[in-house]
Amino acid sequence: MILRLLLHLLLLFMLAPLLAGIIGKTKATFAGRTGVPFFQLYWDLGKLFKKGVVISRTTSWIFRTGPVIGLAVPLLAALFLPFGPVGAVFSFNGDLIFFVYLFALARFFTATAALDTGSSFEGMGAVREVTFSCLVEPTLFFILIVLVRLSGSLTLSGMFGPTLVASWHSAGASLIIILVCLLVVTLVENCRIPFDDPNTHLELTMIHEVMVLDHSGPDLGLILYGAAMKLLIFGAMLVRLILPFSLGNFWLDLMLFIVGLCGLAGLIGVIESIMARLQLLRIPQLLIGTSLLSFFSVILLLR
Amino acid sequence: MNLLFWSWGILLVGGLAALFPGLPRQFARWLGCCSAVAGCIFGLGATIDSLGHGPATYMYPWTVPGGAVSLSIDGLAAFFLVPIFLIGLLGAIYGFGYLADSSSRTPGKIWFFYNLLILSMTLVVTAANGMLFLVAWEVMSLSSFFLVIDDHKQSEVRRAGLLYLLATHLGGACLFAFFLGAGTLCGSLEFSVFSRLATLPPIAASTLFCLMLLGFGSKAGLFPLHVWLPEAHPAAPSHVSALMSGAMVKVGIYGMLRMLSFFSVTPAWWGWLMIVAGLGGALFGIGMAATQSDLKRSLGYSTVENIGIIFFALGFWLIARAEGHTLAASLALTGGLLHIWNHALFKSLLFFGAGSILHGSGSRNLNRMGGLLGRMPVTGLTLVAGAMAVGALPPMNGLVGEWFIYRALIESGGEAQGMAGFYPLVLMGLLALVGGMVILVFTRLIGIALLGQPHHHSATTAHESGWPMLAPMMVLTGLCLVAGVLPTLLMGPVAAAGAILGHPLLLPRKEWISAMWLGLGGGGIILMIGMVVIVTKIFSRKGSVGSASTWGCGFQVPTFRMSYSAEGYVELAQKGLFCSCLRPQISGGRAISLFPGPAELFHRSTDLVLTRLYHPVFARSADLCSRLRRVQAGIVHLYLFYIFLATILLLGWVAHFQG
Repeated sequence: MILRLLLHLLLLFMLAPLLAGIIGKTKATFAGRTGVPFFQLYWDLGKLFKKGVVISRTTSWIFRTGPVIGLAVPLLAALFLPFGPVGAVFSFNGDLIFFVYLFALARFFTATAALDTGSSFEGMGAVREVTFSCLVEPTLFFILIVLVRLSGSLTLSGMFGPTLVASWHSAGASLIIILVCLLVVTLVENCRIPFDDPNTHLELTMIHEVMVLDHSGPDLGLILYGAAMKLLIFGAMLVRLILPFSLGNFWLDLMLFIVGLCGLAGLIGVIESIMARLQLLRIPQLLIGTSLLSFFSVILLLR
Repeated sequence: MNLLFWSWGILLVGGLAALFPGLPRQFARWLGCCSAVAGCIFGLGATIDSLGHGPATYMYPWTVPGGAVSLSIDGLAAFFLVPIFLIGLLGAIYGFGYLADSSSRTPGKIWFFYNLLILSMTLVVTAANGMLFLVAWEVMSLSSFFLVIDDHKQSEVRRAGLLYLLATHLGGACLFAFFLGAGTLCGSLEFSVFSRLATLPPIAASTLFCLMLLGFGSKAGLFPLHVWLPEAHPAAPSHVSALMSGAMVKVGIYGMLRMLSFFSVTPAWWGWLMIVAGLGGALFGIGMAATQSDLKRSLGYSTVENIGIIFFALGFWLIARAEGHTLAASLALTGGLLHIWNHALFKSLLFFGAGSILHGSGSRNLNRMGGLLGRMPVTGLTLVAGAMAVGALPPMNGLVGEWFIYRALIESGGEAQGMAGFYPLVLMGLLALVGGMVILVFTRLIGIALLGQPHHHSATTAHESGWPMLAPMMVLTGLCLVAGVLPTLLMGPVAAAGAILGHPLLLPRKEWISAMWLGLGGGGIILMIGMVVIVTKIFSRKGSVGSASTWGCGFQVPTFRMSYSAEGYVELAQKGLFCSCLRPQISGGRAISLFPGPAELFHRSTDLVLTRLYHPVFARSADLCSRLRRVQAGIVHLYLFYIFLATILLLGWVAHFQG
């Protein structure tokens, strides 16, 4: 268990910022630019942690709690999820519900920290975040339910365990649907195009980036690190779904997992390059559509 | 049992003594508060005693037909006595501070009714005779009514009180019919013979079920009988709102559970009825809570939502039991029972917090608050904790009950084939939607009331409440945290209550171990937060902390009026999520011309169940009844004639049947 814990933390801390670099590089390549180096986020984080903080006069302790919880939640949530061949550190029957509500905790504090500044921009981000998440949560539950039914296990480690290979043979259609849904959830939860644009700070159609406008220094570093880890966690679920098989060797499997994550980051980069951001009022419609699609995959299993 | 009698004695004597005319104000306050505190401590002692030593019963004859002073504290009663006495105790301490500067001429009055409410609620819970139950129920309804109209000089308080009185008595009428029917069919009003209800033919049993769902549901605030609840809670003093929301509505659920315990076999459609009403209430309640700008009204609607979730769980228990799915039934029942306790803890905490804000800033309107966390640090902290608990966020206690309910749904939906597996999964999606909306409602409540800049000058002069008010809130915060991190502590009481409801060994040990892990996960997040804080401190030791104004994206003169209002916060959700029945009425507010003049915006969110369903029905029945006025002509001779006629008819009836 200690070894698994160390591997989990190592992957989280070391690999997470790289994914952001790959996404950036892919987008730059599409745009014909050189782009920032792959390891840019590592330097950014290092620099941010050396800086001082400037906080708004209207804020309270909530403002500084937001970033801390934004990092603590992915750190804890990751321990319940298998990372490729590295099994989950902790697991108990029904940990999937805990997993979902952990991210709700992070959302609660990110949104309240944004409201703490009293800025109308950040209020807008908070409103959008909590409103859209109302529609994401049912989707996530339906996705997890499909996996529960297929694996017969109530733990995340069982659901993303070795039974997935057999499930692809018996219920491939359902799995393809939830794969699409999980990709949408990943894009929404990680503030990616077409739902949110992580690059344009001042755009009024922003969601996540606008909530963290007033954070600076180590606080901003915590937020960026937490966001990168969150992407890695959702990516780990996706990669596990796509590449459920084992090559027979632990280290080979681990390599496969890492390559899969990098490939996923590349895919997100491609999506961001070839799509435009959705109109704001279209987003709830798309999310409701995704909910229905995920529910459809549940029905496919029930027949 | 003796301890319980002591508790009742203290409550009654103390309450009556505080009512004594001519008593010095301070003395009446101390007397009322101390008697409530002492009574509740004795009551808690009695409850713990019965949990340790098994059920206790007491029997004393009573001259009322069909009645007897027959009392019993079993596992189910003890399960409900704990929150009543606990919140009664904390509410009394809180009320001592809350009412300190009230200008009421008779401070003893509110204490008398407060003590009477605690006494009658515990009497309802321990009564083992239908007649005694009804009497206690009526005392409970009336004492809470007098508490609601404490501030009766305001017309809206009187209106809320009247609505409450109507609702509670219409519900009470259903209960009279229920006990009349059940007593006739069983041959006695003693609960010990009510087990004969299990052998009733389906039609009679179902009629009784509908009567009790109406009667107990109206007290519990079950949708669509909830209309009194969001009106009465803002009208009542805050410690009374807390006691009503935390304990009194639960007494309605107690009645439901007690009567259901007599039916060993229940058809599945009873459960479906409860699920439809419960889930409807959860969705409606949380949607309405989002559009209210009155802090306590919003909390009242949140109570409707939580009661909905509890009824949902209990309904699912009935369905799973009817289908023979024991594990899912046990999980649902455990979830429902745990949510009863957890809701009692966090909702009274939230009402205490709302009262503290009202006390400190003088307003219940969210748009007159803002930035209160700085001026009221303890109130703010406990409110944030309460909001986390109601949002079912780890590590607080709200998650535990909902976790069991989700488990029950997964358990029955994860295995069953075909349509049997379909329904639980639909319900699960809807429950997740409610969970998401709770976050929306409570980030709004915290964000608009406590954070940001003051929206009104009254918020800039707000002051923190005194220790008598803060201490109960801190105790409740602690309890919410403990119940969230160590849910297995509640295993004993839940199992004792489950035994009465026909699940002797409520849950396999394995499930409680999972629940223990859930608690450990809650502890884990605290640990993780601590670690992140320490590591960040170490890495960024050199960093200085400066302060500046909030970045206005280049705008030089930002004012508080540009930040979000309580109504603006839910605008997106109204457009994208809510069905039209939940949308508030908005008029005005449009500035059209190039140089627009001042404009006004009206925003009003009314309960459509009240305005579209009950108001027309009651107006129509009032119309019909007005035709009866001809009988009531106001002529004394006519009334004498009525009396004469009634006497003759009665004599004839007696002569016919007796002779």
